[in-house]
Amino acid sequence: MTPRSVVGVMPARLMDPTAAPDWRLVRLGRGIMETLIQQLINGLVIGSVYALIALGYTMVYGILGLINFAHGDVLMVGALVALQTMTFLMGMAPGMSPLVMLSIALLVAIVVCMLLGFTMERLAYRRLRNAPRLAPLITAIGVSFLLQTIAMIIWGRNYHTYPQLISTTPLQPIEGVFITPVQITIIFGSAALMIGLLLLVNRTKIGRAMRATAENHRVASLMGVDTNAVIAFTFVIGAGLAAVAGVMFASNYGIAHYGMGFMPGLKAFTAAVLGGIGNLGGAMLGGLVLGVVESFGAGYIENLTFGFLNSSYQDIFAFLILGLVLIFRPTGLLGERVSDRA
Amino acid sequence: MKKTVVAFAIMSIGLGAAQAQEVVKLGSAAPLTGTIAHLGKDLENGTRMAVEALNAQGVTIGGKKVKFELIGEDDQADPRTGTTVAQRLVDAGVKGVIGHLNSGTSIPASRIYDQGGIPQISPASTNPKLTQQNFKGVFRTIANDVQQGGALGKFAVKSLGAKKVAIIDDRTAYGQGLADETEKAVKASGAQVVAREFTTDKATDFNAILTKIRATAPDVIFFGGMDAQAGPMLRQMKQLGINAKFLTGDGGCSPEMIKLAGEAMSASTYCSMAGLPLDKMPGGAAFREQYKKRFGGEVQLYAPYAYDAATAIVKAMEKAGSPEPSKYLPELKKINFNGVTGNVAFDDKGDIKEGAVTIYSFKDGNWVPM
Repeated sequence: MTPRSVVGVMPARLMDPTAAPDWRLVRLGRGIMETLIQQLINGLVIGSVYALIALGYTMVYGILGLINFAHGDVLMVGALVALQTMTFLMGMAPGMSPLVMLSIALLVAIVVCMLLGFTMERLAYRRLRNAPRLAPLITAIGVSFLLQTIAMIIWGRNYHTYPQLISTTPLQPIEGVFITPVQITIIFGSAALMIGLLLLVNRTKIGRAMRATAENHRVASLMGVDTNAVIAFTFVIGAGLAAVAGVMFASNYGIAHYGMGFMPGLKAFTAAVLGGIGNLGGAMLGGLVLGVVESFGAGYIENLTFGFLNSSYQDIFAFLILGLVLIFRPTGLLGERVSDRA
Repeated sequence: MKKTVVAFAIMSIGLGAAQAQEVVKLGSAAPLTGTIAHLGKDLENGTRMAVEALNAQGVTIGGKKVKFELIGEDDQADPRTGTTVAQRLVDAGVKGVIGHLNSGTSIPASRIYDQGGIPQISPASTNPKLTQQNFKGVFRTIANDVQQGGALGKFAVKSLGAKKVAIIDDRTAYGQGLADETEKAVKASGAQVVAREFTTDKATDFNAILTKIRATAPDVIFFGGMDAQAGPMLRQMKQLGINAKFLTGDGGCSPEMIKLAGEAMSASTYCSMAGLPLDKMPGGAAFREQYKKRFGGEVQLYAPYAYDAATAIVKAMEKAGSPEPSKYLPELKKINFNGVTGNVAFDDKGDIKEGAVTIYSFKDGNWVPM
């Protein structure tokens, strides 16, 4: 296929009024509003998941200055542990109500991931706390590979069907706009968790210790804060959020796989940087913005560029926005406000 | 494990006992070990059946009685081993090769056969590239991905009555190739391609592109890619309230697809595979019987295509009056006969003309040929 030339094709098409209308140019399709609202919903759903994962990146970065690249794989472990639990429960108590079953599975996944987060910090990162920055970063990538390989050995290479215990039958709140109960749960569930986290960081004693450690952990420890415990706690909370995000992600798409954590992990990291890494509010905003930009990018890139770019370039939209934000606001949308970071 | 299987067809020859019998060697190459060994053995068995049938029937080439001898090689479905066994077959002096199974082995091996001046007919490799290398003696008896795309496009428009078709591909060589061919066929059949969208072979979220497609109200959505994407894509279609029919190629024509799409599978889900189911082949029923009698099992997939490939070579030799590749190759190019799988004739490139493609629809929890 020869690449479409802008110069050669476009003006001719625009200037000749008798030419057959090219759908790429003239039609945004019927129901422009419905499509717009639908894309917004698509973006908010995936954005909420990104935001939850981004919180884990940003909390750890805020406290240690470490980018924990294994965070995406914690999400995968959460999803697969919950899957295992659900399969087990279905075998043991087939009559159990789906909601109870999901809650138990979620709880097990959270606990396992919290233990995993704790272990990761204790075994891999604590020893490197005073090492040059590159060492823990490389270690994090190593931990990521390790988790994926272990998951591959336990759960195999195949894709798993994920039980969708919350209904995926779409509702139509507005004529022509569809949303499933599981998507509604994702949006409200992650919003609740984010509010809970903000309260934890800003209103509780441990939250104050986290903020103190983030500002300066030497001074914090002189003031009687057990910084090791606080750092471990941060990892544990981040891993718990990732477990929830993993179950949400897998339930929404009905699919789980040992490599499923990589892409959302990368996107969430982008979201954290976009919002201002180290900043909790920034991670949430960054996640939502990234989700919506991606969705609109894939949906409208072709119309916006007059058919020159198509949806195979959908990812450049997200990174274009990231680039622009970082050029004009190097510390991200909300910046790295030290007093707020945790 | 490399095993050279030499078959001696034992038969009594009543006539021409005094006449010196010429032995013509034919080669077979397929994976006989490894995960798809059952398919490779099936391919070799098909060739063997043809050779035995021809020897039993007695073939005269250029006035001389000829006996065929089959040399079977194991390419392990591995490109490098594929070229090694190809060289071995050339060195053994075979006059034609039936194989290989995988496109990935057929393509590199075809260069060796070309250098050795030996015609090769693959009964199984579907990648269009195989016959597009400008080699003189490369053929196949199974439909390639271009023909599959053509059949898919025609099916969408003619059988499903689609006026508007949306096409998605995963940007892999396979997915993109199949989608491009399908798009051409859809347009040629007089329908409109209202959306052409793209994803990757690692994606799980298709909501954005599906929402965009929904606005164009297509009758059929075609996806060129694998089951791991096709499954979630179909689910998301239903979640977005899209009621278009869903059509995909052989990458999504698997039991895995049924598992991953779950309740989203319906009677308006279709997929395609190169080739015909055995029952639909003109000589299918008889072939199944003979195969069972000779090898004691069921035909897997490629045996009938291999049978026709071997028959094509021998028919060309008879017409040319010589088993020498340079002599019979022109005849092979214009061969035309009714084989087990249907009419066997090649186009200029060496692809089978009117290669059969079967469309399957989802029924009672399974893919059922239509």
